[in-house]
Amino acid sequence: MPTHTFILNGRRVTVDADDDLRLLWVLRDILGVTGPKYGCALDVCKACTCHINGKAFNPCSVRVKDISPSDEITTIEGLPATVGADLHPMQQAWLDYDVAQCGYCQPGQIMAAVAKVRQARADGREITDADLDELRNICRCGTYARIREAVKAGAQDM
Amino acid sequence: MPGHGRHLDRRRFLGYLVAAPTLAVAVGLGADAASARPAKAAVPSPPQPEEIFDLGDMQDLAASPTSGLITVHVNEDGTAAFAVPRAEVGQGMTTAIAMMVAEELDLPLGKVSITLADARPELMMNQLTGGSNSMRSMYVPVRTAAAIARERLAETAAAKWGTTADRVTTRNGVVTGPQGQTATYGELAAAAAATATTRAPAPRLKAAGEFTILGTPQGRIDAYDAITGRKQYTMDLKVPDAKPTMVARPPTIGGTPASLDNEDEIRSLPGVTDVAVITSGIAIRAEAFGQCIDAIQKVRATWNPGPVAGASDDAVQQRLKAALPDLTTPVSLLADTVEADFFFAFASNSPLEPDCAIADVRDASAEIWSPLKAPIVAQGEIAQALGLPQDAVTVHVTEGGGSFGRHLFHDAALEAAEISQKMGKPVKLSWSRTDSFRQGRAHPMCVSRIRASYRLGNVLTYEQRHTSVQTEFGHGLGDMVTATASKLPVGGGLTLSQTIFELTQSSPYDFGVTVQALNEVPLEFSTGSMRNIYSPNVVCAQELVVDQLAKKMGKDPLAFRRGFLKDKRLLAALNKAAEAGDWGKALPEHMAQGIAVHSEYQASIAVLAEIDCTPRTVNRHVPDAVTGPRVTRVTVVVDPGFAINPRGLEAQMIGGVEDGIAMALTSSLHISRGLPLEGSWDNYFYTREWNTPLDIQVIILPNTGDSPSGAGELAVAPTMAATACAYARATGRLPTRFPVNHDDPLGFTPLPAEPSTPQSPTDGLDHVF
Repeated sequence: MPTHTFILNGRRVTVDADDDLRLLWVLRDILGVTGPKYGCALDVCKACTCHINGKAFNPCSVRVKDISPSDEITTIEGLPATVGADLHPMQQAWLDYDVAQCGYCQPGQIMAAVAKVRQARADGREITDADLDELRNICRCGTYARIREAVKAGAQDM
Repeated sequence: MPGHGRHLDRRRFLGYLVAAPTLAVAVGLGADAASARPAKAAVPSPPQPEEIFDLGDMQDLAASPTSGLITVHVNEDGTAAFAVPRAEVGQGMTTAIAMMVAEELDLPLGKVSITLADARPELMMNQLTGGSNSMRSMYVPVRTAAAIARERLAETAAAKWGTTADRVTTRNGVVTGPQGQTATYGELAAAAAATATTRAPAPRLKAAGEFTILGTPQGRIDAYDAITGRKQYTMDLKVPDAKPTMVARPPTIGGTPASLDNEDEIRSLPGVTDVAVITSGIAIRAEAFGQCIDAIQKVRATWNPGPVAGASDDAVQQRLKAALPDLTTPVSLLADTVEADFFFAFASNSPLEPDCAIADVRDASAEIWSPLKAPIVAQGEIAQALGLPQDAVTVHVTEGGGSFGRHLFHDAALEAAEISQKMGKPVKLSWSRTDSFRQGRAHPMCVSRIRASYRLGNVLTYEQRHTSVQTEFGHGLGDMVTATASKLPVGGGLTLSQTIFELTQSSPYDFGVTVQALNEVPLEFSTGSMRNIYSPNVVCAQELVVDQLAKKMGKDPLAFRRGFLKDKRLLAALNKAAEAGDWGKALPEHMAQGIAVHSEYQASIAVLAEIDCTPRTVNRHVPDAVTGPRVTRVTVVVDPGFAINPRGLEAQMIGGVEDGIAMALTSSLHISRGLPLEGSWDNYFYTREWNTPLDIQVIILPNTGDSPSGAGELAVAPTMAATACAYARATGRLPTRFPVNHDDPLGFTPLPAEPSTPQSPTDGLDHVF
């Protein structure tokens, strides 16, 4: 079975997996990293959103063979370490606004929100309602209003 | 504690000190007396059954003879623990229960640990999470247990100090004596334990005025775990050898496999460990879920058609139309009428977490993990299916990634048990997203026919006949209705569904002769409730007719409602919503407001919605999305009776708003050849960020009582109705088919019916941002 190496939450990992196995299952079923959730495996619901080299992506729709040894994959579990704190400011905002209901989508929502703020900053501006409208992550509990408040608050501390 | 007044609640619960190593206090969930409220004073229109005795009362009544006990434990580390016989699926139940324990025990909220109890058959009907009833049914018993524990701790400390309990105080998990001595609950936990189980004297419960935690806004106790990825849902549990398992399913709802034609090939695929033909399809167990999905692509099977194999949206509508009853309320020849039929499409109650369960079935026992709202019913049916005694099946209730009605049933748990038994191995079963939409339960298609008559400024009659494809309730609620039928204030000869309809629906208006009734068409779709059973459809239709009556009688929608509302709480909510939401303000063309009211679960609510139907907004483009009209502002005013956790209540209102918008504007299933066309969240248009209002204001009115009401489903119906009313005013057309985009050209290309689960994309790195 092929061997694949990449950097996961700051640590180099090596796994044996079929080339075509989607990264979500490498994370969840082989490595036991369960923060990224399975909601569709169709790149639609975005519950599995993680970061690759600091940008948002959905591991349900990426083959493990397409990840290179130098790629840095960050899941919700590794997000605080990217800022050297117990919680990332976006997670703290999620607590402050008591966003989560069932919580199933929230790791993905937070990862997407962080990337969206970074994207806006890279364009030299702050996040807007139009940016927030582009977030595709499903929250079936309907926490969207608090998500919008939390993203704006979290962005201020990023 | 000084200031504890003797607070006599209308329900009293027997408490026990339970023999245990540290203090344990149990309370019987059964009440000494049935808790039905006395009938209210007469009102000008005769009250409908729901007004004097509702679904929640029926659930309370059903629970009253139960002998099962719920137990609060105080541990030597100073924490309290309670395993609640309910499901947590996002509604914030565990936080509210923790607040009840913390309040009566005088313990910081952070020191209360709440877990979900396994199925406990001796609790009979008291382990059902549904009908927005959990807060109402648990409020007094949980507080009673915690209050007994507090008094026992006080007595234990007092005895130690040679004084009496009335001379010590409790605060923040510490008992303080008259000379300033202190002892923590942890230090007292063992000494306070009973050596033999004995009846405890009735404790003094705090009066609402003494509360320091209940009634205050609190964040969820599971929030930290949720936002760090540590919260464990069923598929995150590590059960030894429970490997990923999925099912290749037939191309029609409820179809069955006739044969698997390439079993050897499937068995030899990478990672596949086991294959089994089961009732619902071909089960495949593998090392990773991705390998299950791969294998499903290769399955060659012959399928037997399901019970609605040829059914389509059109055919089901024809069946409903044929079943629409005649309206029977006599209408005066001198009166004018408003008449309309309102159609509601099938809608999926799938949560974000697909249906799932872990099962480990052995020769003489079985262990199940699943997010179940009726775990005792699940336990019984799984035991029966496996040929085991009920007590040989352990059912663990796991944290659910949403429910919305789906988890009143145990379809995945039963299926996982069958698979594990057939394979002889533990399985971690997940339905795919597409399974959850296509084979999962749906809120049934229905039609509400209404005729109202009016003359000289009065509404003389209001008749609403609701005709629906039959709704399954699961045996939990069904058993309750059967067990309590003779005590319910509804006529004999009603079906289960009709009984539930009568216990949940009532018109809030003084409209003279008022009739609301249900009839069902027996089609074997896989159905269930969806964040309420009937109210969103019934109330939406009702409020649209109310607006039509207002228009024809020359009145403003708000003024008209003010004139006809029966209930003062509802009127107060309506007035506040109109004021806070700026009712009547000037708006550009194609934009309008709608206002609606609803009373249920002992709560009153009014919603004012503002909608933007301008061409610019309706036609805005978001890739792979439906856009359409956008609700831009929503004002919710709720009178919950007593708000246990205002912050949690607000969250439930916000969620209910999103559901109501989705039901009015975008979310439905299209049935074609016996299967929903929808197979992903880009097909089934639940509200997304681009549909969500930028301004949602929730106003919680001051408590009007000391009893909590139901919140989880409350906001859906009035939001759907207010959105529909706003849409009607913005477009100048009365919408009669819901969601309003249901008849538009499909906004997506349907996934194929086979394979039942599509292959995952591989281009994820092209969409990085």
